[in-house]
Amino acid sequence: MKKKLLLSCLCALISTTALWAQTDASELDMLLTQDEQSQKEYVRNAFKSPRVINGHSMEMLGKGVLDFRILHRFGSIDGGVNQLFGLDQASMRLGFDYGISRNLTIGIGRSTLNKEIDGFVKYRIIQQSKGHNSFPMSVLWVSGMTLNTSEISDPLLNHIENRIAYYHQAIIGRKFGTAYTLQLSPILIHRNMVDRNSDKNNMVALGIGGRMKLSNRTAFLLDTYPILYGGRKNYNQMVLSVGFDIETGGHVFQLHITNAHGMNEKAFVAETTQKWSDLQIQFGFNLSRVFTIVKNKSSSF
Amino acid sequence: MKKLILAIALLNSFTGYAQKYMTKTGSVDFSATSSIEKIEGTDKSVACLLDAQTGALNLVIQVKSFVFEKQLMQEHFNENYMETDLYPKATFRGTLGNIKSIDFTKDGEYPTTTNGKLSIHGVTKDVQVKGKVIVKGNKPTLQASFSVLLSDYNIQIPGPVKDKISKDARISVKCALEPMK
Repeated sequence: MKKKLLLSCLCALISTTALWAQTDASELDMLLTQDEQSQKEYVRNAFKSPRVINGHSMEMLGKGVLDFRILHRFGSIDGGVNQLFGLDQASMRLGFDYGISRNLTIGIGRSTLNKEIDGFVKYRIIQQSKGHNSFPMSVLWVSGMTLNTSEISDPLLNHIENRIAYYHQAIIGRKFGTAYTLQLSPILIHRNMVDRNSDKNNMVALGIGGRMKLSNRTAFLLDTYPILYGGRKNYNQMVLSVGFDIETGGHVFQLHITNAHGMNEKAFVAETTQKWSDLQIQFGFNLSRVFTIVKNKSSSF
Repeated sequence: MKKLILAIALLNSFTGYAQKYMTKTGSVDFSATSSIEKIEGTDKSVACLLDAQTGALNLVIQVKSFVFEKQLMQEHFNENYMETDLYPKATFRGTLGNIKSIDFTKDGEYPTTTNGKLSIHGVTKDVQVKGKVIVKGNKPTLQASFSVLLSDYNIQIPGPVKDKISKDARISVKCALEPMK
């Protein structure tokens, strides 16, 4: 009886030894894998910047980060060599976007076109994540307002409210793997006053934005806004912009070709009348420079 | 009597293997500061396992967990340099050379030399790291500081920022270990 017991003790001893004998490396890996499975990891860098080209992207600024944006559009290339393919003219928008928290950004800007001021609030409701309790896409909301500061020539109509427009946009996007991102961003634009009686005050367009990474620092971009409702026939055109992101240190350059002159949501969705088919397109670039206003907490030992 | 034998046997089987120490909250400081720009990050989720009998030392660093003062720098660190989507972990698998000279029950500072394989960014290299083990109240703390040449690990620095980033990265590790249960 005693022998039997000793034997079983020995067995127990051997089995525990065998259990411990697995290599430390795999033991540590096993422990960590268990941890990882119970963790949620957010998917980052779906786009290099908070804009695809013209429209908002599913990406946010970090907390305490200021993004100084200089947008530039040359004239239409159909001006030919006489206009140096549009480079003789230029229109711009200067803007400041600021990340109040990682999920909330506010921004203002002013465009040359119509001397227009615009402002927006952008909130991320859900961020795409993987791992435990993950969600397959990011969902955001943007609401903005534009004010045309140039006077309306008819004194009867020249009220400030007539020069105001609003936009509301939902963004639903997903980063596929490391190289591809696709987002859908339906937008509603409300103009307090429109040019013609037959024009609709409300316009709806479906934004489609995509990115394909070419290298760690360059990406191909597509940004388009087909109009679903409220456009005037043979007048309002769908915006289509294609371009490249090039990142150098603290700057992101976006070089692109677009048929939109306008650089705020109301202007490029509701006021684009140039046609790609007639080569009424132009070169443009966005320059984004970020400044860290509030630093991340990072302590050293 | 039977119970006593069983208890002793079980106790034996455990005490014989209880000399392992680990943590999941060790820290690593990374610095590639140049004369132009401060580039420093800290990661406080380093997993470390030390076998006090064999001297086997294993470290796993979650590269994504490095925190930098500037968010953009952190993004570049992950996206452009360390490519953490592809290479989420850095590991060290090595052996403390003079493990027998360390008395884990006696307070004191013990200098060590560790040889092993360091894997960063998908590249594995043999390295020798000098450090120390500080024992206090039966608990060892590992400390080491060393440099790695970024080009050794296939981490490329593009031309325009070449002067802003040091070619050598200074890495400091500190792991306060607890006996493993």
